[in-house]
Amino acid sequence: MIRFLIRRVVFGVFVLWLVSLGTFLLFFVVPGDPARSIAGRQATPETIALIRERLGLDEPLAVQYWTFLKNLFRGDLGYSYYNNQPVTALIAERIGPTASLVIGGALLWLVIGVGVGILSATHARSLLDRVTAGFVVAGISMPTFVVGLMLLFVFNYLLSTVLGITFFPGGQYTPLEEDPADWLRHMILPWITLCTVQAAIYTRLTRGSLLEVLGEDYIRTARAKGDGNRRVVVVHGLRAALTPVVTQLGVDVGYMLGGVVVTESVFGLGGVGQAALQAIVNLDRPVVMGVVLLAAFFVVLASIVVDIAYSFLDPRVRLS
Amino acid sequence: MSLLEVTGLRVSFPTSDGIVQAVRGVSFTVDRGRTLGIVGESGSGKSVSTQTLMGLTAGADISGRALFDGADLLAMDDERLRRLRGAEISMIFQDPLSSLHPLYRVGWQIGELIRVHEPEVSKAAARKRSIELLGLVGIPQPDRRVDDYPHQFSGGMRQRVMIAMGVALRPRLIIADEPTTALDATVSAQILDLLVRLQREFETALIVITHDLGVIADVADDVFVMYAGRQVERAALRSTYYRSHHPYTVGLLGSVPNAAVPGRLRQIPGAPPSLIHPPPACPFHPRCRFVMPRCTTDEPPLDPVRDDADPEHRSACWLPGGLLGVGPEVDEARTRAAQESRE
Repeated sequence: MIRFLIRRVVFGVFVLWLVSLGTFLLFFVVPGDPARSIAGRQATPETIALIRERLGLDEPLAVQYWTFLKNLFRGDLGYSYYNNQPVTALIAERIGPTASLVIGGALLWLVIGVGVGILSATHARSLLDRVTAGFVVAGISMPTFVVGLMLLFVFNYLLSTVLGITFFPGGQYTPLEEDPADWLRHMILPWITLCTVQAAIYTRLTRGSLLEVLGEDYIRTARAKGDGNRRVVVVHGLRAALTPVVTQLGVDVGYMLGGVVVTESVFGLGGVGQAALQAIVNLDRPVVMGVVLLAAFFVVLASIVVDIAYSFLDPRVRLS
Repeated sequence: MSLLEVTGLRVSFPTSDGIVQAVRGVSFTVDRGRTLGIVGESGSGKSVSTQTLMGLTAGADISGRALFDGADLLAMDDERLRRLRGAEISMIFQDPLSSLHPLYRVGWQIGELIRVHEPEVSKAAARKRSIELLGLVGIPQPDRRVDDYPHQFSGGMRQRVMIAMGVALRPRLIIADEPTTALDATVSAQILDLLVRLQREFETALIVITHDLGVIADVADDVFVMYAGRQVERAALRSTYYRSHHPYTVGLLGSVPNAAVPGRLRQIPGAPPSLIHPPPACPFHPRCRFVMPRCTTDEPPLDPVRDDADPEHRSACWLPGGLLGVGPEVDEARTRAAQESRE
């Protein structure tokens, strides 16, 4: 277990290093000069040269990267080219909305997806199953921004602007620690938006996995033992069927903590994904590097957590 | 009254290809302390028959009667049948690796069976009984193995765990469905010994389902042979082996390897028939060496075969009664009889 952890952490650090190198190099391939975009259209060549020097852009590539790595190990990700804010502070500020969105959303889609998936699997080929399958296809094929905009149209335009009733304000983010009730009110619509696609995917995943398990010999054994139907499905079936669901959940949450661009942008939550989008448009290299590394870190962490969780879920799996 | 009395059992499954007639009229009885062997190829309906009795064939159309201690299993409500399952009638399946839950400790799995039927038993008490049961079925160091998972056991030991579950609540009937098929020959013999020993100890009725006539010879008192969802021959063990009447039984016995009889094995030509469109009249006639005109038009009833040593010996075949046994002479007599009927 300890050796497994050490190996995975070393490998994870290696992956992060590769990601940092790749992102760094990418910046010199894409067209555009950060100095020029900071200076503005009318800047003289001297001004631009001055900016380049101040940002260290005139140094050789290898030196620039080395400086970046050195600072990274001190926990310093540099300053935004755009507004001089420290990147670490920016991330700290933006992670709240993203984490709220992802963790709350994950709970919601897990409950809905697994719940409906169980019903669907235990009533396979029934009317309920068919109706569910229809919703699943609709949910999966609906682009996230369409769902978000539709919700905004109903709750913010029709109900709020036209009728003057505001259940859920669209847009903005209130930190949880400031006002939990307001936080909740602001998060409901983003959660539902994020949930639509995810709950559909998890419904299908749970249904498929559980149906497969319910055909196993050990399920027949459980029935032959005299277990009641509910016990057979939950204790014997679901226990085995949830393994792929947990794996998927780990991957999804890890991936999304690195920023949920569309949902954050539609509701103006100001999360990591939105920050990344702005930084890319602004050629704000330190922020992009910081956000990309953060995303990569969560993915690496999630994959380690999933592997450990797997070994607890399935005694046949040994970590080595 | 017999412990289990099955009459006219029919089971069919609607599928997209048509209706699969898995069991087409099966009747038998099992008494306390006795062992019934059910023999047949895969797809002959032997497993479906018994799983139907246990209510394990979901989605099947079932008719007939199965009186267990006087109560009809096929007409019983789900809850009453559930209470019988595992407690009064238990089942042991073919592949113990896939039949045990891979994610739970074996002690938990045995304990669960006990606690489902006797909720007042504490977890600790159930665990203690699990250990005793593991010891009873011959698992060494049961107090340690109780916390192991199925994949940590060998095939034979896993089947012992299944048997421990099978006898845990002292059921009155145990159904062992191909209990040794997935095991090595030597382990297989140990498992059969164990089953028979426990059956004698607890005076349980036992049904052993198998395609292996060697297994039947070791354990059964009575035997019936199934083909295409029908019973083709039913008799006491010795009659089945030494005075068989039905050509299918004769063919089965001829295809068993026997060190005492040198020479090539005789196979039954052809393949088992489709159960969606079973052959009309006698289902075996397309593969039978002694087929007569009547075999293709009339269904032979399961009638006594004039076996003086075993008056209950029955066979569903139009060949004359009294033509019993395996060997060239009897086969010649059968061929003659078939020829005569054609003329």
